[in-house]
Amino acid sequence: MKLLHHFGKYVLLMKRAFGRPEKYTIYYRQSITEINSLGIGSLGIAAIISVFMGAVITIQSSFNFTSAWIPLYAVGLATRQGIILEFAPTIISLILAGKVGSSIASEIGTMRVTEQIDALEVMGINSASYLIMPKVLAAVFINPFIILISMFLGIFGGWLFGILTGVVSSYEYIYGIQYQFKPFGVTYALIKTVVFAFIITSVSAYHGYYTNGGALEVGRSSTKAVVYSNILILVFNFLLTQLLMS
Amino acid sequence: MIEVHNISKSFGDRNILNGVSFVFEQGKCNLIIGESGSGKTVFCKCMVGLLKTDGGTVLYNNRNFTSMDFYERKEIRKEIGMLFQGGALFDSMTVEENIIFPLSMFTNKSLEEKRDRANFCLSRVNLPNAASLYPSELSGGMKKRVAIARAIAVEPKYLFCDEPNSGLDPRTSIVIDELIKEITYEYNITTVVITHDMNSVLEIGDNIAFLYKGNILWKGNKEEILHTGKNELIDFVYATKFLKEFRKKIVK
Ligand SMILES: Nc1ncnc2c1ncn2[C@@H]1O[C@H](COP(=O)(O)OP(=O)(O)O)[C@@H](O)[C@H]1O
Ligand SMILES: [Mg+2]
Repeated sequence: MKLLHHFGKYVLLMKRAFGRPEKYTIYYRQSITEINSLGIGSLGIAAIISVFMGAVITIQSSFNFTSAWIPLYAVGLATRQGIILEFAPTIISLILAGKVGSSIASEIGTMRVTEQIDALEVMGINSASYLIMPKVLAAVFINPFIILISMFLGIFGGWLFGILTGVVSSYEYIYGIQYQFKPFGVTYALIKTVVFAFIITSVSAYHGYYTNGGALEVGRSSTKAVVYSNILILVFNFLLTQLLMS
Repeated sequence: MIEVHNISKSFGDRNILNGVSFVFEQGKCNLIIGESGSGKTVFCKCMVGLLKTDGGTVLYNNRNFTSMDFYERKEIRKEIGMLFQGGALFDSMTVEENIIFPLSMFTNKSLEEKRDRANFCLSRVNLPNAASLYPSELSGGMKKRVAIARAIAVEPKYLFCDEPNSGLDPRTSIVIDELIKEITYEYNITTVVITHDMNSVLEIGDNIAFLYKGNILWKGNKEEILHTGKNELIDFVYATKFLKEFRKKIVK
């Protein structure tokens, strides 16, 4: 019942957020700013995590593929599939939900409790659209690039640490990552990324926008934003996999 | 002119406003006074539509604001300047950007013109050198003054000020009161000031509503308020022992 109430409120907020903008130039500029802060600001952490994720998948697979029947290039193959299909789009999106989601919720939540949103409204500005739309658009635009970079770095990390630890040779790894490569895997990952980007930004904005109270509640909204974004990412990951892969 | 007819507002089972009516006149400083927690801010937010009322109507120069949808209200809101109790400046923007912001949203002025307007408004509130500072670098009083500058930048027809001089030293307080008075008379706007400060009441109170337990218990102006016979208002006006003694001397 409460879930339904939240869902309805969320849908109404999104409807307002995607209403006609007051002035396109300002929204455009705002979106560019958000691309910088949400996107470029997340590159560092996404890069580091991707490299080590790739490394761990490579090493783990090599430990587990001990049978003589499994060729060594399977390590490269496993890393590629793991990174492209799940680790880059899903894990990195979960990480971004933590970083971007909490920052969006606390930014908008603070604006709510310090009456900055009221100030926007009284000026005659559609605060939902001004605050939320540029963030959603920015993330939907920039996250696919982050995920592509993450895929590349993950596979690169597997190669680098595979060689450094000696579990796989460069030749076999590279053969493995090219083995029966289907570009649809990347498309599938990017579709998920776009959906996740929408979930992260809109759900976090929702929690920030309806913060009620003071600084304490801003903290709570920020936590809720991350928790609900994560849950929804996992649920939609399941649904999209069923839908796109079957 | 803003006419308020019979508006009521409750939160859960707590009645804050019980059918309040009042006429806020153009070219005058209209005051809403009352103890803290009496619902002054709620009253004000109901008038500008930030809170949904349970009943009643608000008319801006005979335009029924209450029955309008979001987009119709927008047109009226462009004519409203509002100073919030806490200032409500945009943290992510400098003082100048704060003031320019509403102009950028709704006018096609060049940056040059907007900056001129911002500087003019800042000098009006006596803060000529604050343009490039961020709100976090300002004192409470400076924030209030920037907020006033932002509110008047759009040349509003209706100006709302929620406790413009709470937390200010007496001298700055007087400067702000005088500023509000000047702007009101000069541009012939409808000004609504919320206050519980008797100095302000006596300085700018052209038309006063005393809010008490969800109703307007008394209406009048700054001369009349000193000679009121209402006990609740007497307690508000002559709050201290000293003033109570003083009252005995001026009221026969
Ligand atoms: N959003 C809200 N939810 C519940 N109660 C509120 C809300 N806003 C104000 N109130 C209550 O309304 C009463 C009047 O508040 P307010 O108008 O802020 O007083 P003041 O006259 O000091 O401005 C207070 O008792 C306050 O607790
Ligand atoms: Mg108040």
